[in-house]
Amino acid sequence: MAEARAAHHGGTGMSASSPASPPSGRPGPPLAPSDLAALRPRSHARRKTVDALIKVSAWVAASFGIAVMLLIVFEVVRRGIGAIDWAFFTELPPVVGEEGGGLGNAILGTLVITFVAALIALPVGFLGGVWLAEFGRNGRIATGVRMVANVNMGIPSIVVGVFVFAALVKPLQHYSGMAGSIALAFIMLPVMARTTEDILNLVPNELRESGLAMGVPRWRVTLGVVIRAARSGLITGAVLATVRVAGETAPLLLTALSSPYWLNGLFGPEGFFGGPTANLTKTVYDFSGMPYSRMQELAWGGALLIIVAVLGLNVLMRLIFQRGKEW
Amino acid sequence: MSTLELDVRGEAGPPRGAARAAPRGYRHFADPAFRVITLVCGLTVAIAMFTLAGVLVLNSWTAIKELGLSFLTTVAWSPSSGSYGALAALAGTVMTTMVAMVIALPLALVIALLLTELVPPRVARVLGTAVEMLAAIPSIIFGMWGLFVLVPFMQERVAPWVTGSWLGELPLLRPGPTFQGGGFSILTAGLVLAVMILPFITAFSRDVLLMVPRVTKEAGYGMGSTTWEVLRKISLRYALSGIVGATFIGLGRALGETMAVAYLVGGDFLTVPRSLLDPGTTVASLIALQFNEATTKLDISALIYMGLILFAITMVFQVLAQIWLRRARRTTGGRA
Repeated sequence: MAEARAAHHGGTGMSASSPASPPSGRPGPPLAPSDLAALRPRSHARRKTVDALIKVSAWVAASFGIAVMLLIVFEVVRRGIGAIDWAFFTELPPVVGEEGGGLGNAILGTLVITFVAALIALPVGFLGGVWLAEFGRNGRIATGVRMVANVNMGIPSIVVGVFVFAALVKPLQHYSGMAGSIALAFIMLPVMARTTEDILNLVPNELRESGLAMGVPRWRVTLGVVIRAARSGLITGAVLATVRVAGETAPLLLTALSSPYWLNGLFGPEGFFGGPTANLTKTVYDFSGMPYSRMQELAWGGALLIIVAVLGLNVLMRLIFQRGKEW
Repeated sequence: MSTLELDVRGEAGPPRGAARAAPRGYRHFADPAFRVITLVCGLTVAIAMFTLAGVLVLNSWTAIKELGLSFLTTVAWSPSSGSYGALAALAGTVMTTMVAMVIALPLALVIALLLTELVPPRVARVLGTAVEMLAAIPSIIFGMWGLFVLVPFMQERVAPWVTGSWLGELPLLRPGPTFQGGGFSILTAGLVLAVMILPFITAFSRDVLLMVPRVTKEAGYGMGSTTWEVLRKISLRYALSGIVGATFIGLGRALGETMAVAYLVGGDFLTVPRSLLDPGTTVASLIALQFNEATTKLDISALIYMGLILFAITMVFQVLAQIWLRRARRTTGGRA
């Protein structure tokens, strides 16, 4: 790329003034008058100016994007840092209008809901990805599944919430943490499948062939050789897919709802299967709209926790598994 | 012979003889079984979506029968009188999405140009990571930031400035009858949406631009073209179908984004906004804001009907995106 740029900087002088003539040598299609018009000499200064303007605007646009991100992170840290203390992680939210308290129940709820979602979606998505990469490949079924998975990733998360509401919450007559987990799992499934497929496709075929040539059955080659080779990428993919849904709010609005209490057991009205389950994102959403300063402070604290977890894990994964990008 | 054995042991592959030690029947069974298990998981991914579509249709059937297609052209949302309509939300969705696309698309394209052509690969990697980080921030954070920072800014600075100058006379900027100061408005929601979809369009466009064969671009530079000319006349033409796909991906995101919009758009679901400075609502945010208040059967069914409409709209754009991205992959022979 660099050489190409150097070449064009050195060579711009002559092109603008050279007269329009059809390329000689091999006979090509005859030039239409409009083609010739495109070849008429243009002002060198103008071309340079347009080029410079585009380059400047590219830098301005990139700085704008990064500035907005920094601005958001800065604002969240500034407003949220004051709320973070021991009680923030261990106590229930205060009664409206009171001081103190924390988001302990919401943090626990989000961890449990996300963990169960990962438990459902990661194995299925992973094996589905294995099938796409190792067996389905370019067959008709695999092409269809791949297409559906890609489309699936673009379904708005609120629609997934509506779906789980209609399929689970409505028939059972109550919101539950489990419904939230299923909604999140639904969102994770195609992401995990497609990530797994993309990463397995990077493993060179020679590895598969040498395994098979030694008489090792296909399933052992896949699990013991291909997946082992792609290990770091797969772990990164799984973690990032999980982190992504941990920050989702819209589907939980219609499934897990929210609760002022601790998650208590499994089937009771405060249990994971039995009733609304507190979670961080919905709590942040509710508290940020309340006209009480302590509630807003807790909301910002929750936002800070979410952003630190999401960005932190993203950076961490990159640092740990940079090796995985070798092929 | 012996060297061969040593070689085999040196590798990190499966231990020798493991397969041989297994009983014969198991060996014949294991491979097909593995294949079938993974196939079932693969199909689950596809079946999940069809289940979703089926459940949505089934559960919105009450509303579809009751309200029919005139649901799409009615402005109303009144559980007490049983009249519902999606027109205001659809109009708001189109308007917020348009604002977002008009801002995000050109920005994303020039950033993609920057990442592929203008900076050395190492800088591009750092900038690319920053773009991906922006994509990783959950929408609720954008919503909160918008609520506490952008809404006051729009209300106190931008809206008075626009309405006070000649800009306020332009068709889409002249305050309509429901104007409420411009803080909570289509424009505010659209601006935040633009920031949110920017990284997605950028990332896809960058991938597509990277697929343009280097030789073709170098031929352009060799002819004395400037960077912009190479982009416009070579890269963009080559990558056009991919860019269209990236645009549809961004469009789909903007249409379905819920939380950030729910915070900022004002929640006026009874008027079709006349101006970008007016409050309004979108399909997604209407569902989010109304769902927990829905009580009657028809009420819930109408909201699920809304969900079905949103699903259908985003579906169309996602499928279009996939078709265009596939076309890009075929013309360039790369993977996008």
